[in-house]
Amino acid sequence: MDLTLLMYLVPSLIMFGCGVYGFLTRKNMIAIMISLELMLNSVDINFVVFNRYLFPLSNEGMFFTLFAIAIAAAETALALAIIINVFRALKNVDITEINKLKF
Amino acid sequence: MEVGNIIMYFVIALAIIVFSVLTVTTRKILRSATYLLFVLFATALLYFQLDYEFLGAVQIAVYAGGIVVLFVFSILLTHKPGEKSDAIATHRRWLGLSASLLGVGACGYALFSQEGFCTKLLEETKSLDIAQIGNFLLSSDKYGYLLPFEAVSVLLLACIIGGVVIARRR
Repeated sequence: MDLTLLMYLVPSLIMFGCGVYGFLTRKNMIAIMISLELMLNSVDINFVVFNRYLFPLSNEGMFFTLFAIAIAAAETALALAIIINVFRALKNVDITEINKLKF
Repeated sequence: MEVGNIIMYFVIALAIIVFSVLTVTTRKILRSATYLLFVLFATALLYFQLDYEFLGAVQIAVYAGGIVVLFVFSILLTHKPGEKSDAIATHRRWLGLSASLLGVGACGYALFSQEGFCTKLLEETKSLDIAQIGNFLLSSDKYGYLLPFEAVSVLLLACIIGGVVIARRR
């Protein structure tokens, strides 16, 4: 038995499905961010696996993942700052309760 | 391919699948963040297995070391410890379940119908060392990444300023 390209794509696909499920069902803003991280991570895996298997002599997928990780870190930091600020104003992080843009 | 590599693959794949399902189904938010940490570690192991050592190290340092710590801090700031979230409403659960299963089914069908994907094997390549990665990142030639590198540095500066502005006490 050998490790084929498909065998690396299946866990990544399931991880993305879990991310979609969590993103649609959760009501807590932090839980939604965690689901978003799952989806971003599965896309990163796809970039690396396709790069390694289909184009082993070039490195585009690896560098793209490197930049994607940096951008995901920046995005998460800002989103969590916004969530904490919303909590300070409304004492709540439930998206169904937060329906005003200005308070 | 040696047996150890295959066993390692199954451990990683199982960890990724089990912990990502647990991340979105557990009702305690702090546990959810912990399971996310395990998923990110398994991903880093996968990068190590595919000979991207630098990428695996970055994954551990940035994701596991930075983002998960941020998550844990903000969870502890906004929740009471041990608090359970409300049960998900039935129509919401069915909506999420059907959307994700439809997406996974469609993508899975597309993947399994590609015959090349089931037979494609790993080719031997030598992995990139740090000096080469540094040269790629700072060169402006055809395969250089100087412009995205600088753009990311500007983005991180914007992120720092934005964080300070948002968190500032008014």
